[in-house]
Amino acid sequence: MRKSFFRLPIFIRDFMVMRNKGTVVAVLSGKGGTGKTLISVNLARVSGECRYLDCDVEEPNGYLFFKPENPAMEEVTVEIPEVLEAACNGCRKCVDFCRFNAMAFIKEKPYIFPEVCHSCGGCMLLCPEKALVPREKTVGRIEEGKSGEVTVVTGILNVGEASGMPVIKKLTGKYLPDQPGLTFIDCPPGSACTVMESIRKADYCILVAEPTLFGEHNLRMVYDLTGFFKKRSGVVLNKCSDGTNPSEDFCRENHIPVLGRIPFDMTLGILTSDAKIAADEKPEFADLFKDILENLKKEVSDEAALDSER
Amino acid sequence: MKQLLILSGKGGTGKTTVAAAFIRLAAAKAYGDCDVDAPNLHLVTAQSTELERTDYFGMPKARIDHEICTGCGLCRENCRFDAILQRDGFDTDRFACEGCGVCEVICPVHAIRMEPAIAGELNLYRNPETVFSTAILKTGSGTSGKLVTEVKKQLLKNMYPDTELIVIDGSPGIGCPVIASLSGVDMVLIVAEPSVSGIKDMKRIIETARIFRTRIGVCINKHNTNPVKSEAIEEYCAGEGIPFAGRIPFDRAAVEAINRQMTIADVDCPSGTAVRKVFSQTMKILSSEKEGANL
Amino acid sequence: MNIAIPVDEKCLDSGVCPSFGRTPYFLFYNTITKEEYYLDNSAVAAQGGAGIRAAQVIADHGVKAVLAPRCGENAAEVLKKAEVILYKSITGTARKNIEAFVAEELLPLTDIHQGFHGHEK
Repeated sequence: MRKSFFRLPIFIRDFMVMRNKGTVVAVLSGKGGTGKTLISVNLARVSGECRYLDCDVEEPNGYLFFKPENPAMEEVTVEIPEVLEAACNGCRKCVDFCRFNAMAFIKEKPYIFPEVCHSCGGCMLLCPEKALVPREKTVGRIEEGKSGEVTVVTGILNVGEASGMPVIKKLTGKYLPDQPGLTFIDCPPGSACTVMESIRKADYCILVAEPTLFGEHNLRMVYDLTGFFKKRSGVVLNKCSDGTNPSEDFCRENHIPVLGRIPFDMTLGILTSDAKIAADEKPEFADLFKDILENLKKEVSDEAALDSER
Repeated sequence: MKQLLILSGKGGTGKTTVAAAFIRLAAAKAYGDCDVDAPNLHLVTAQSTELERTDYFGMPKARIDHEICTGCGLCRENCRFDAILQRDGFDTDRFACEGCGVCEVICPVHAIRMEPAIAGELNLYRNPETVFSTAILKTGSGTSGKLVTEVKKQLLKNMYPDTELIVIDGSPGIGCPVIASLSGVDMVLIVAEPSVSGIKDMKRIIETARIFRTRIGVCINKHNTNPVKSEAIEEYCAGEGIPFAGRIPFDRAAVEAINRQMTIADVDCPSGTAVRKVFSQTMKILSSEKEGANL
Repeated sequence: MNIAIPVDEKCLDSGVCPSFGRTPYFLFYNTITKEEYYLDNSAVAAQGGAGIRAAQVIADHGVKAVLAPRCGENAAEVLKKAEVILYKSITGTARKNIEAFVAEELLPLTDIHQGFHGHEK
């Protein structure tokens, strides 16, 4: 982009930047219950036509708010081994190799424990008799449906399954197309690999923090994580009231942009606990989230502008 | 000696706030934080400086020796976790590597070795009267029931002999870390949040606790944020024969207490008064006969 | 008959370990010859599947019965397939449990729990 681009008014720049490729915004926090879903759901609602991806596959909650119509379903499967007993010569190489202890060798035959298996494929590669063959096992599913202008994509991990990674990888692989428009990703809480995979393709990260000592501590952890992956981040402070806000202090000290402050509000709390989308229910909440969205767009377009100069 | 575990299912319901208050009210001599992904209990419980650190090892990670590597790419082809990158030669992505060992065994020139990798740290605080066990997972590591088990083992091994009550701040969710924390526990107190998702998660946690046949109690935190849902929770408990331990209101003073590194039991406020009642009710349930005594 | 007990220490007066999969040691005892030997439990260091691994070791040692306070479902399945019978241990030392077993006072273990499945993620 040439220098003349920067002489254009901001809203036109925004439009041009967002038209070229989609913008993926991940919403995350160090722990659960800070307001990730509240914020990602409401931001999606005030963004017109956009996508919402729920990567918190162990406990997806966004769909409770959106109530998408007639969602289309796709199963997520992994490959696990199956024993062809006739071909097995009882050499035990498979059982001895498995670092996840997903196999046992009893009465000269291998037995597989599907929930413990991590689908690495090693046993099948090692078997000298080709007695281990792949079979598909369903570990979860993805549901896609519409709620107004928002395309709601929910990843769901089946109870008892070892890892949410296959579901999240499917979400970020297949359901994050490189199309124009905004996509909001509701990430799992914490800073484990599932979170890393959820933010891998994000262009920007919104970190949600509470104004308590716990909140600041957890913000620090998740800020380190996004920094490590060189993701540009901004903070939304939730449940704010008068008084000290250790999380806000942290932002100031580290020059992290604050995209918005959501006040502690009983009405907002009740709406959310009833799984209602606040922006739909009251104009003042719609305005609150629209302001955050504007700040977000400004941050993202600044970053894109910076990128083009490099 | 009895073990009390505090769980919630959903995160952010106030487990740690309640656990810290209980520790103060019981003057518990041993307590632990099993929320190894985001431990918070140490922030509101004063600790002496005597801290013992132990490395915690997770799955090993692959390391490629560039001197031996011939660049055939077989490792990358066979890695199911996209953990082998090709930049200036082949390298492991330590975050994606799950330690399966396929690359090590498939490499034709034995250029790859699985090496032990530190996934976190166990911390033991020895205070003059109390012992506190906690741990922290390294960023990006997988949450593991094993580390939770280590936190509890460390606590049981090091607690003072006259310990009567152990209070454990559990992990959120319903997965393996929670199941690991349930082992050997005499009672689970579930801190429920009066919301659609909070109730959903509370029910799943009750299901899990029932498998372990441990005493269960439920209390509601921030009950005034949704009185209707709070009623529903109480009715549910009555219908299921689950002892109800009481309600705690949300109050600003609670937040301020936490920010000053104090528990709500240390401050004269509505939530402080309520938590005392919940505590005494919980102690009654704890000393009752097993298998859901209805109080 | 060869039996096995998860123990906290390497001696007959050791307490029985509450965990099967993550017990530090296994005591192997022959009720006829009264020979005893101890094995460090390699499953202790396992990230996941500890019960399966521990049960595998038991099956490999030709054990016919395991005395334990409780057991996870995966370990129980391995033991069942290997035709090893699970008995519920009583409070007290390993020695006390062996005596109770020989006197046929122990009951089969029916309390199989969901297991800890302490795997990553």
